[in-house]
Amino acid sequence: MSSSGPSSQPAFAMPSAVSFRNVSRAFGSVRAVDRLSLDIDEGEFFAMLGPSGSGKTTCLRLIAGFEQPDDGHIEIFGETAEGVPPYKRSVNTVFQDYALFPHMSVGENVAYGLMIRGVSRAEREAKARAALEMVKLGGYELRRPAQLSGGQRQRVALARALVNEPKVLLLDEPLGALDLKLREQMQEELKALQKELGITFVFVTHDQGEALSMANRVAIFNEGKIMQVGSPVEIYERPRSRFVADFVGSSNVLPPKFAAAHGGTAYWTSLRPERIGVFAPGTLVPAVQAHADGIVTSINYQGSATRFCVTTDEALLTAETPATAARYRQGDGVRLIWPKSAMVAMEAET
Amino acid sequence: MSQTATQDRPGGVLEGLSDLFLARPKLLTLLLLLPPLLWIGIIYVGSLFALLLQSFYSLDDFSGLVVHEFTLSTYAQLLEEANVQIILRTMTMAAIVTIACAIIAFPIAYYAARYARGWTKALFYLAVMMPLWSSYLVKVYAWKLILAKEGILTWMAQGLHLQWVIDGLLAMPIIGGPTLSFSYIGTFLVFVYVWIPYMILPVQAALERVPVNYIEASADLGADSRQTFWTIIFPLALPGLIAGSIFTFSLTLGDYIIPQIVGNSRLMIGQAVYTLQGTAGNIPLAAAFTVVPMVIMGVYLWMAKRMGAFDVL
Repeated sequence: MSSSGPSSQPAFAMPSAVSFRNVSRAFGSVRAVDRLSLDIDEGEFFAMLGPSGSGKTTCLRLIAGFEQPDDGHIEIFGETAEGVPPYKRSVNTVFQDYALFPHMSVGENVAYGLMIRGVSRAEREAKARAALEMVKLGGYELRRPAQLSGGQRQRVALARALVNEPKVLLLDEPLGALDLKLREQMQEELKALQKELGITFVFVTHDQGEALSMANRVAIFNEGKIMQVGSPVEIYERPRSRFVADFVGSSNVLPPKFAAAHGGTAYWTSLRPERIGVFAPGTLVPAVQAHADGIVTSINYQGSATRFCVTTDEALLTAETPATAARYRQGDGVRLIWPKSAMVAMEAET
Repeated sequence: MSQTATQDRPGGVLEGLSDLFLARPKLLTLLLLLPPLLWIGIIYVGSLFALLLQSFYSLDDFSGLVVHEFTLSTYAQLLEEANVQIILRTMTMAAIVTIACAIIAFPIAYYAARYARGWTKALFYLAVMMPLWSSYLVKVYAWKLILAKEGILTWMAQGLHLQWVIDGLLAMPIIGGPTLSFSYIGTFLVFVYVWIPYMILPVQAALERVPVNYIEASADLGADSRQTFWTIIFPLALPGLIAGSIFTFSLTLGDYIIPQIVGNSRLMIGQAVYTLQGTAGNIPLAAAFTVVPMVIMGVYLWMAKRMGAFDVL
């Protein structure tokens, strides 16, 4: 609703889908969201990743309108969201446990939002049917939610939200209750659906694999603050803090002194286990690589890979190698070798 | 006495029994269920059946003795004008009491289920249950005093210059009377007071089972509070309302003390049964009268089921 036409506006004038400015929300003495600022662009598949209690779900609920900020400003597509009740927002939610209405059929559940808006019976039934077909549940209209499996309920919840053509779709741990195989399948489907519809998806998860594989952009939450926002590659390859390095994947966090002595700089440094190769003692090290000698203290076989814990003079390092390369035993002396470029200097220790 | 290895061991009999139960779990279930089944079967259903049987006998007007022959004449007697009046009067009272209980109980139950936490919840249970702990007769007599002409209600109305409200109510046809304690209004008030916990508790239990995220989901899908109430909360609370109404309705149908102490002299079903089986010795007609509430409740439940009130359970 800007007063001037698009031509007179520079490119950045297009409002974000969701924008937080210094938003805080406290529950008693707990600051669930702490002076948080964030922009989510239109059409993004945005993930909020963090441990439980990190404020990511509260953020989602602030967008949905179930919570109101104590302080700060929230905009949804350029319109102020504070004080606007959930039923007046063009945002829909897929709830963690789906929250399907048990006294209604699947079709009635999906058509609920349309019924509330006064859409005629014929039209809402047609739209509900189309939405159910989109999530591959065509023909399930007359079933009751209790008759469906977890994965099917999840799809119904998705159809029920999408049938209202929201500008932003919020997903709260959408795949948390599904088993592994189904989860992987739904990840693919959600990704495809988001591409097809072009709607902004915001989803909350504590599963880093899920966040990295599905989202265009990921925000890492901790204690009510965002530690880092970026593409999955940026988050994984260039963690800016020890928390991010540890929480997303696992990492060797090297103290500044050790890093500087082994091909890095005098900062806290992240080094991913899979970038470290395990070799026989005395193996030649090219100039672009760094090394440390140590003794294997434990071996952890994980199927596709094997993890070695190696004690060196100054640090305990974890290396992850393909299972076929794992020919060392506990107590063996080894030389760990890694590219210097794999060492990522971080801004903060925490 | 077979000499099996099991019985040779110490504790052989018990161990043998436990082996038997392990092998045949249904036997154990049957054994555990038998006493309560017998209790329900003989003392409960059996006596009900005996009652039903009585209603098909008749009273010999001349000798005053029960004639043990199958007849429908007692039911014909039940359908006489005066008796039908009693039935209709009782049903109307029960229905109005039930509706009033539902209207008063719902907000209380909703508050308790949705908002009360910690000590407020404890206070709620105490407030609802405490009247149930004191004697029913004491409460009814207390109400008689409250509603009497010289009672606290009239006294308060006079103090507030609202005596005309009570006078106006008492002047109304049918529900009025000489004083509140001798009118249907009084009977109604006492019934509502005495039965309301039986409505609040099941409704509260039903509302307690409605997760907050159904309400959030409804709001998320565009429904304002009023729409959410009628499309989500009310349908899900309906089984609780029905359960509560079964209590309030059937308790009112069968009660004979409240209308005797507070109310006019027109009989309700319970009083009719009391009089018939006592002084009149007309057990068959008394039995026929008690069948009426059972039939009414049966029809009511069937209708509720047809309307889908129990689909969510």
